[in-house]
Amino acid sequence: METIFFYLVALVAVVSGFLVVRCQSPVNSALALVNTFFCLAVFYVMLYAPFMAAIQVIVYAGAIMVLILFVIMLLNLGTEARKRYTHGVVWAAIASLLVLVNVVFFIKRGRVTGAEGDITDYLIKTEGHTELIGKALYTEFLLPFEIASILLLVAIVGAVILAKKDV
Amino acid sequence: MENLVQIALQNVNLAAIMPSLVLVCFGMGLLLINVFLPRGTTRPAVWISLVGIVVTAVVTVQGWGNPQYGFSDAVALDNFATFFNVTFLLAAALTILMSDDYLRREGYAVNEYYPLILFTTAGAMWMASGTDMMTIFLGLEVMSISLYVLAGFFRGQSASNEAGLKYFLLGAFSTGFLLYGMALIYGVTGSTRLTEIGAYLNSHSSLLANPMTLAGLVLLSIGFLFKLGAAPFHMWTPDVYQGAPTPVTAFMSAGPKAAAFAAFLRTLEYCFFGLKPEWSAMLWVLAVLTMTVGNVIAISQTNIKRMLAYSSISHAGYALVGLVAANEIGYSGVLFYMLAYTFMNIGAFAVLILVGKQGEENLTLEGFAGLGYKRPLLGVAMSVFLFALMGLPPTAGFAGKFYIFAGAVKAGYIWLAIIGVLNSAVSLYYYLRVMVYMYFRDPTEDYAWISLPVSVLATIILAVIGCLYLGILPNEVMAMAKTAIF
Repeated sequence: METIFFYLVALVAVVSGFLVVRCQSPVNSALALVNTFFCLAVFYVMLYAPFMAAIQVIVYAGAIMVLILFVIMLLNLGTEARKRYTHGVVWAAIASLLVLVNVVFFIKRGRVTGAEGDITDYLIKTEGHTELIGKALYTEFLLPFEIASILLLVAIVGAVILAKKDV
Repeated sequence: MENLVQIALQNVNLAAIMPSLVLVCFGMGLLLINVFLPRGTTRPAVWISLVGIVVTAVVTVQGWGNPQYGFSDAVALDNFATFFNVTFLLAAALTILMSDDYLRREGYAVNEYYPLILFTTAGAMWMASGTDMMTIFLGLEVMSISLYVLAGFFRGQSASNEAGLKYFLLGAFSTGFLLYGMALIYGVTGSTRLTEIGAYLNSHSSLLANPMTLAGLVLLSIGFLFKLGAAPFHMWTPDVYQGAPTPVTAFMSAGPKAAAFAAFLRTLEYCFFGLKPEWSAMLWVLAVLTMTVGNVIAISQTNIKRMLAYSSISHAGYALVGLVAANEIGYSGVLFYMLAYTFMNIGAFAVLILVGKQGEENLTLEGFAGLGYKRPLLGVAMSVFLFALMGLPPTAGFAGKFYIFAGAVKAGYIWLAIIGVLNSAVSLYYYLRVMVYMYFRDPTEDYAWISLPVSVLATIILAVIGCLYLGILPNEVMAMAKTAIF
């Protein structure tokens, strides 16, 4: 049952991903992208990562998609954006297929052998996912977490510099 | 209140991130101060950022020989990181010194330029001192995003726009490879700490043959090799380097490139020492390819900025030779070379800035005709930088290449060293051509527009001193580089 469900969602995800690239209108592409994001959220649920699934829906399918749609509509893309960019598409297809075959080969042959961490199933059940992630962020990964705030600051400053008419 | 989860902030050791902390504080303070500065007033921003770099340098140097670890091993401020941090700070300081007049001339005297340089440097520091994949990745992102903006800083120029966009798109793509590699390695070892990954792979030797480990190593390498501009991931380099504002190009080719080397070296040495034969063989091919592609294409360039872009590819190739050698002298040679390259490359770009006019970069070879006679001091300085880039004694370039190739020979890679030396010989052609134009062509112009602002002069003088000092007395710095490697 779960396997069938997985393949069903995977099919939807891949088809929507394909449509993101193929759609003529940018709005349709964006909507197909939302679909892909939702499918990914489903995968997270199936991997017993409900927190990630919620974040995926809230941040990606929600906030980021709204921004993308806003940008598309504000820019009012003309005929230029509807042109098909088929430059070198054959080579790109060959290269992507090669990468796909490689990745599938390595992952099929490879094994996930990571050491079992301190976070056991029992701990997840008793403490809850979100608490554990929060704890890890503020203890073990405190520095990367703080660096991420600088990253966002830099991105905001950069966006303002590039977008403002005269700084 | 009993629902509040108690979190002990254990292992917070601010000393381990002090240099980047100081730098980021100056960067954020500067962002705030910029709001109150009247439009077009850039001097205070220049001074504050320079003071920030000097203070950071003082803090950094104090960490020498006094390694600090912290944040549950997410960061290590050891000699290795300190050596690279000094390189980044030098690159940032020299870049800021030569930027102000150029930005004014081109009409983009925007204060936010300086905080972005500081943030880039901080990102580079996190890459060099990161001992956790997350720290390295986020450092790389802070550095890259600042650089994307800096590359596209001249918003009115289509070349600069192209540089920013191209760097952004390809950079994001390569970051995907890097992250995929990290994810696979995490799957195999169950940790993001570099030392734990290394220990786990070492204690489970069957893992070294696990295809997933190899795939992770390869994808990780692609991410780093893109950032350091090695062939065949060098396609972005010429367009980005040519289109970006000249000081940004100088900075990009020195600081961030060194940061990529630092993170790559640490990852290979900490995590994958068990796979040394494999990655040595891989990097052998890439080093040869990078050196040759860079040099051969540089020959046919008539635009000097683009020529220097290709030459920077070939220099990445020389430094990769040190990684292939993977011994003490090879590794410390990489550290030395990155420091030396900072001086010679930024110096050469500073001369390029002076030779240009407003709105007209004047970067063709003809633009240098007779410069050596009309402007003897500039000619001499440029000659020193070109000699250093060629790798001729008594300049820093010679000492750097000597150490790297000596490391290769010592490790038994005789052919690699020979190919490297042959490549240096090829590079003589295009560097010497600039000198031929400077000294053996009749000047078509009088170069009267060249004024010599104190700040740019300071950059050039510092770079010349650096090139000659590292060339004539390399032993002291080389001894420091030797104590800096693991």
